[in-house]
Amino acid sequence: MESTLNSLAASDPVIKVDALFKQFDQVIAVNGISFRAERGHTTALLGGNGAGKTTTIAMLLGLLIPSGGRITILGEDLLLNRHRLLHRMNFSSPYVDLPQRLTVKENLTVYGHLYRLKNLKSRIAQISDELNLGELLNRRYGRLSAGQKTRVSLAKSLLNEPELLLLDEPTASLDPDTADSIRTHLEQYQQRTGASILLASHNMTEVERMARQVIMMRKGEIVDSGTPDALVAKYKKNSMEEVFIDIARNGEMSNVSSKEGPNSESSQ
Amino acid sequence: MAVHDIPFSPRRIGAIVLRHLYLMRTSWPRLLEMVYWPTVQMVLWGFISVFLQHNSSYIAQATGVLLSAVLLWDVLFRGQLGIALIFLEEIYSRNLGHLFVSPLRPGEMICGLIILSLIRTLIGVGGASIVAIPLFHFNIFDMGLPLIAFFLNLVIMAWGIGLVIAGVLLRFGLGAEGIAWAAIFALQPICAVFYPVSTLPAWLLPMAWCLPASHVFEGMRELLFKHTFNSEQLMTASLLNIIWLGAGILIFLAFFRAARQRGLLLQVGE
Repeated sequence: MESTLNSLAASDPVIKVDALFKQFDQVIAVNGISFRAERGHTTALLGGNGAGKTTTIAMLLGLLIPSGGRITILGEDLLLNRHRLLHRMNFSSPYVDLPQRLTVKENLTVYGHLYRLKNLKSRIAQISDELNLGELLNRRYGRLSAGQKTRVSLAKSLLNEPELLLLDEPTASLDPDTADSIRTHLEQYQQRTGASILLASHNMTEVERMARQVIMMRKGEIVDSGTPDALVAKYKKNSMEEVFIDIARNGEMSNVSSKEGPNSESSQ
Repeated sequence: MAVHDIPFSPRRIGAIVLRHLYLMRTSWPRLLEMVYWPTVQMVLWGFISVFLQHNSSYIAQATGVLLSAVLLWDVLFRGQLGIALIFLEEIYSRNLGHLFVSPLRPGEMICGLIILSLIRTLIGVGGASIVAIPLFHFNIFDMGLPLIAFFLNLVIMAWGIGLVIAGVLLRFGLGAEGIAWAAIFALQPICAVFYPVSTLPAWLLPMAWCLPASHVFEGMRELLFKHTFNSEQLMTASLLNIIWLGAGILIFLAFFRAARQRGLLLQVGE
């Protein structure tokens, strides 16, 4: 994995999105957004329901074909090199399940084969240790609690040691203690591998803790962006939660960055 | 807003009915399914009746002709269902999103579906064929090598149809589940499983001869009645199967691309 990471210059963004646009019939879900996500850090994609976060993530994963614009991931065009890139990425969401009747171990084995992992048994043992899944390995996925399922989904997403991890509400439905250990694990993983994370979350405590960069979306457009501290200061609020509510209800405070997120070339 | 509760509420019953009427109103596959089975059954048994009126000694002429037809028909049915059911499993478990953010390619998915269909068909039809030996003193394996040719042609046609159905499921979600079970039966009267193709009305004959299965069942009857293997029928079936399987693959890929354009891989369901 190191060699592939090194193929990008340190300053190159891990995700480069230019004028990304998606329209479903008459509805514009994502309206020409541009942003960059820094390599080796966590970028949070925030916004209320219907803001366009899930559509954006689906396009970044290649599950959804954009109506326009360009996505470059790890230095390669996503639409042209999707399958090569998918080996270097992964995704976790509590809203996308794994097969219910398979045990946790069987699920991880299937996905390990899909990523063509070497030493799969030892990799599963390692990830089980790291995420404390030992007791769950031989239990059916469908019999697990919501929190346990989230941990298994995260284990699946880390199986291939991705350079880019896309997480959709990774700690939803977890108790505070488990959520904290998940965040700690993600931070350790990031420090160990230099991986980048794109995080969609409604948990602002999580965002403040993990994200170096925040992109705020509303009605398919980027309405603001910056570090959590900078946004809190700019909106004269006490926390990201208050900033989120303000933007979700009122839109951007100024016209600083309409449609364009951090480091988009036109704003440089 | 306190509402007095009653143990049996017509309004609540109405709500349940309404919930499914809403669903039916927006789902043409569900509406189609309601009229589908009665129509198909009526057409199939109508043709059988017409044929037997004039050929009452047909069954007596060849031992096991109906059993052979049923077992070979099941190759077609199970082969198609094998692909559709595996795909349905992924939809039930809401797993498609995870599958297609892995490096899995649609072509690999198709190959996996075909292998699973083959396994399911061999187990299902193989088991039934073995049970028929002690139960009816009928051994379909007595057909010998032609049986392999019949099997392969039927299962390949089944894969073509199964892939189209998998594509429809991807595009229309669980609303099209009924089609997965029922679609193949629309072809049953036309591919002349239980009677010769000549029984069909003239306007249906061109359609019948476009189905590889029609040639297989004609070949099967020729083998059972005349003890001759008609290689021409099998060659025609094989050539038609190239078109059927090729079309099935292309249609699945087209539906897959449509699903990626509409964002259905993350949300395919009801």
